[in-house]
Amino acid sequence: MENLSAGTIPDSRSEQIPGQISSARGNPPISETDETIIGLEVHCQLDTVTKLFCACSTDYRSDGPNTHTCPVCLGLPGALPKINKRAVEYALRVAKALNCEVLPESVFSRKNYFYPDLDKAFQISQYDKPLAVGGHLIIEGENGEKLVRITRVHMEEDPGRLVHKGGVDRARYSLVDYNRAGIPLIEIVTEPDMRSPKEARRFLNKLRTTLEYLSVFDSDKEGSLRVDANISLQPEGWFDREKKSYKGRNRVEVKNISSYKGVEKALTFEITRQRNVIRKGQPIEQATRHFVETRGITTASRSKEEEHDYRYFPEPDLCPLRVSSWVDLIELPELPDARRARFIRQYGCSSNHARTLTGDLKLADFYEKVALKADPLLSATWVADTLIGELNYRDMGIGAVTPAHMTDLINLVESKTITDKNAIDVLRTILDGILKKEPAGTPSQIVARLDLGASESDVAPAAISEVIREQPQAIADYKSGKKGAFMFLIGQVMKKTRGKADPAELNRMLQAALDEGEQ
Amino acid sequence: MARSRLSFSPDDRVNAFLTTCPEPEYGTGSLEGLAIAIKDNISTKGIPTTAGSRILEGYVPPYDAHVVSLLMANGAAIVGKTNMDEFGMGTTTENSAYGPTLNPHDTGRVPGGSSGGSAAAVASGMVRMALGSDTGGSIRCPAAFCGIVGLKPTYGRVSRYGLIAYANSLEQIGPMARTVMETSRLMQVIAGYDPRDSTSVDQPYCHTPEKNIQGRRIGVPEEFFGAGVDPVVAAKVWEAIEVLERKGADIVTCRMPAMAYALAAYYVTCVSEASSNLARFDGVRYGPAVDTKKPWHEAFQERRGTSFGKEVRRRIMLGTFALSSGYYGKYYAKAQSARQQVKSDFLRLFKEVDVIAGPTMPTIAFRLGEKADPLSMYLSDILTVPANLAGVPAISVPCGAVDGMPVGLQVMGRPFEDEVVIDTAYAYEQAVD
Repeated sequence: MENLSAGTIPDSRSEQIPGQISSARGNPPISETDETIIGLEVHCQLDTVTKLFCACSTDYRSDGPNTHTCPVCLGLPGALPKINKRAVEYALRVAKALNCEVLPESVFSRKNYFYPDLDKAFQISQYDKPLAVGGHLIIEGENGEKLVRITRVHMEEDPGRLVHKGGVDRARYSLVDYNRAGIPLIEIVTEPDMRSPKEARRFLNKLRTTLEYLSVFDSDKEGSLRVDANISLQPEGWFDREKKSYKGRNRVEVKNISSYKGVEKALTFEITRQRNVIRKGQPIEQATRHFVETRGITTASRSKEEEHDYRYFPEPDLCPLRVSSWVDLIELPELPDARRARFIRQYGCSSNHARTLTGDLKLADFYEKVALKADPLLSATWVADTLIGELNYRDMGIGAVTPAHMTDLINLVESKTITDKNAIDVLRTILDGILKKEPAGTPSQIVARLDLGASESDVAPAAISEVIREQPQAIADYKSGKKGAFMFLIGQVMKKTRGKADPAELNRMLQAALDEGEQ
Repeated sequence: MARSRLSFSPDDRVNAFLTTCPEPEYGTGSLEGLAIAIKDNISTKGIPTTAGSRILEGYVPPYDAHVVSLLMANGAAIVGKTNMDEFGMGTTTENSAYGPTLNPHDTGRVPGGSSGGSAAAVASGMVRMALGSDTGGSIRCPAAFCGIVGLKPTYGRVSRYGLIAYANSLEQIGPMARTVMETSRLMQVIAGYDPRDSTSVDQPYCHTPEKNIQGRRIGVPEEFFGAGVDPVVAAKVWEAIEVLERKGADIVTCRMPAMAYALAAYYVTCVSEASSNLARFDGVRYGPAVDTKKPWHEAFQERRGTSFGKEVRRRIMLGTFALSSGYYGKYYAKAQSARQQVKSDFLRLFKEVDVIAGPTMPTIAFRLGEKADPLSMYLSDILTVPANLAGVPAISVPCGAVDGMPVGLQVMGRPFEDEVVIDTAYAYEQAVD
C-alpha cells in the first residue's frame, strides 16, 4: 500500500501499511555497524463499557463463554453494526495525544478472511482512510530523548477467541468464544524509527502510560495489548539516507507478541537469528514469523498459506466518520511528560524519581496523594525506591496499599519517631499482612504494637551510660586511639536499643558522651 | 395488549411459501388482523429464515427484523415466509434451493424475482400484503410479472436491521400489495428511523395517496425504451404514460446516458458485497453440523461448495475476483464511479422533471427455465437497477397485459419523495380502474 495517500483508491494492493518500508533484495555482509530497524503495529483494547458496534458489555473476562453476545457481535444474518460514540471519542483522545492529524473523513472497511473466531468472516477495520495519521511519541531512546513517528491510528473490532481445552496440541477440537468479538481496538502503527529491542519496549511502555493517562486503556486486563513488530538489520546509514526507497535487507514481521517484555525478547531473538542467517551468506526472506512466548523464540509460519488477500472494501453498513472538528473539543488530561516536569518543579523530585513515579498513572496518583500530606522529597524516595522494590519483590501492585498508610509511615520517619530501618520493617509487615489477608493495621499501630518507636532521647542515653559502665576495656582502647573500638561500642548500644535508635544520632550521642568523659 | 389468533391454511399451489404459520397471533393497530407474508430473507424471531438457501436450513433467528417488530406492533399477523431466489440472487425465483415459485397467472411461467414468493402470495390472494426486498428490482420485477404493486423505497427510509444482506448499499425492504392504497398503508407502518441501522434516515412516511397529478412533470428516458425492450410491452407502457398525460401530467422525453454503465456497475457492486456478506456461512454456525475429519479450512470449503446453489457460487466467485488485489481499482472502484454517474443523471433529470417513468421489466414473465443463461437473466434487470444505484424510490404498478400476462409501469422519484411516486402510481391506477 505504498504511495497510497488518504482519499485515493488503491489499484494494486499489498498487505503493507502506508509508511512501512518496501521490500528489497540485497545481501551485504554482516557488520558491527549494522543498524537494527524496528517498526511496531500495536493493538490496544479501548476500555469502553460496551462493544464497538453493539451494546454488549466488555466486562467478559470472569464470565462463561459466549455470554456477552448479541446478534450484532455474533454476526447473525441481518444484524447491523452501530458505531459506539464513546469508542470514537477514546480513539480521538489517543490520536490527539499522539499528535496525529485526524482526517476530515475516515472510513470503515471490511477486512475479509476466513477463520472460525471471526463470526462474519470479515473484520470491520479501517484501511485507506484511517482515523488519524502523522503523529509522534517521544521516548527515552538509547541516546537521549527520541521521537518515534506514528504513521497512523485506526479503529477496528476484536475477533472472538479459539479455546483449546488441554492446550492447542492436545485438544481434539476447537471451541469458539465470541465474548471478545466486537471489543473496540485501536491500532497504532509507527514508522520504523526504533533502533533496538529496548527502544521498542520503551516505546510500548510510554504508549501504555499515555493511554492510561487518557483513561482509555487498562493494561492489567489480560490480552488488552497485542503487538506485531517489523524488524530488519541494515548497513549503517542506508535506511536514513535513502528512506523508503533504499535497497537493503528484507524485513521480517513478528506477530503474536502479547506482553511488554515479550517485545524485547522476540526482537532480541530475531536479531540473533537474522545475524546468523546473514553470516551464513543467506538472504533474509521477507516473511511473517510467530513469537512463541513460552519458549522466547520466533517460528516461521507457512508463508504462502498465510499470505492473505484481505479484499478490503468500504463497509456499506456504516457511514464515514467526519469527526475532525470534534478533536478540538476534546480536552486532554495532563500527559506523562508534563506530569514529570511538574513533579520536578512542584515537589523537587529528582529526574529519575519523577520518571519512575509518572511512568505509571496509578503510581503517580498515589505519590501525589502521599506528597500532599507528607514531605514530598522524602515521599518520592519512599514511594519510588522503597515501596516499589518491596511491591515488586512480592509481585504486588500499587493498588495493594493505601496512600494513607504511606503518609503515616513517612511522617513517622520524618519526625524521627522511627528509624529508616524500622520503617522498612513496618512496611514489610503491612505488605505481608495484605498478602496473608491479615491486615496488620496502620503504621502507627504497628509501631506501638511492636514497640519499634525510635527514642534516642530516653533509651539511648541510658544505653550509652550502661555500655560505658560495662565496657571499660573498650573505652580504654578508644581513648588510646583504636578506631575499631568506637564501632564496637556503637554495636553494643544498638543491641541495647534493639534498633530503635537512629544510627547517625547514636553516633553523635556516643561521641559526645565519650568526649565528655575525657574532660 | 390483547392478542388474537388467525387461522391460516392457504392452498399454496404456486409454492409461494417456504414456511407458514397456521395460527399466527395478532394485536391491535392499523394492520389489525391483516395476514402479511414476509420474504424469507427478513429475520423473524422463532420462525425459520433460510433466505432460500440450503446453507441456512434449520436457522431460526433469535430476533425480529425492525420491520417485523413494526408490523406486529401495528396488529399484523405474520402468516409465513415466502420463497425467493437464494439470498436474493435471481430474477425468477428459480434459484431457490426449495424449488421455484410459479406465476399465479400462468403456472408455466416464473413469478419474477427475487421476491417471487411474496408477489405470488399476494397475486393469488393468499395474503393481502407482503414484504419483499429490492436489491436490483427484486420487488418491482415480481410485482410487474404477477400484476401487483410493489415499492422500493428510498434508500434509508426503511430499516434494514434484520434483512439478510445480499448487497447492503443497494437494497431496501419494501411493501407489496394489490393496490397502491394498500401498498401505501404498509409503507406507513414500516418506514421510519431505526437507530440500529446506520444508513437509516429519520423520514417517516405519513401519507394518503393523492390522485391529482395536474402539472406533474414526468420524464421518459429514451433508454427505457431501447434495445431489448419488447415493443409490445413498450407500447403498453406508453399507453399508461398517455393516461397520465390525459390526467394533467406533462410528459417530457429525456436521456439517461449513464444507463449504459448501470448494469455493469450494479453487478460488480452487488457481487462484491455479496461475496463478503456470505463468507460467514462456513458450516461452523449455520446449517447441519459438518461431520468430517478434515481440518477446518477444508471442511468449510466443502460445505460452501455443496450447500450454496450454482448462481450463488458464481456470484461469490465474481465478487471475490472483483475485490482481489490488483483488480479492485479496475472493477469495484470503477463501478462506484459509474454508480455516481447514474446518480448524477437522476439528479440532473430531477431538476427538470418530478418523476421518471418507463417499463418495469423489458418483457412479460419468462417461461420456467427460459433464462438458463445467466447473462440473459442479468440483462433483464436493466430497467430496475438504476433506481437501486441511485438510491431513489421506485414503484411498479400494473398497466395492462400482453398475451394475458401483466405488464408493470415503473415510476421513479427524487430521494425521499416516495409520496410523489406513490401518488403518480395512484393517479394511473385510479384512472384506469
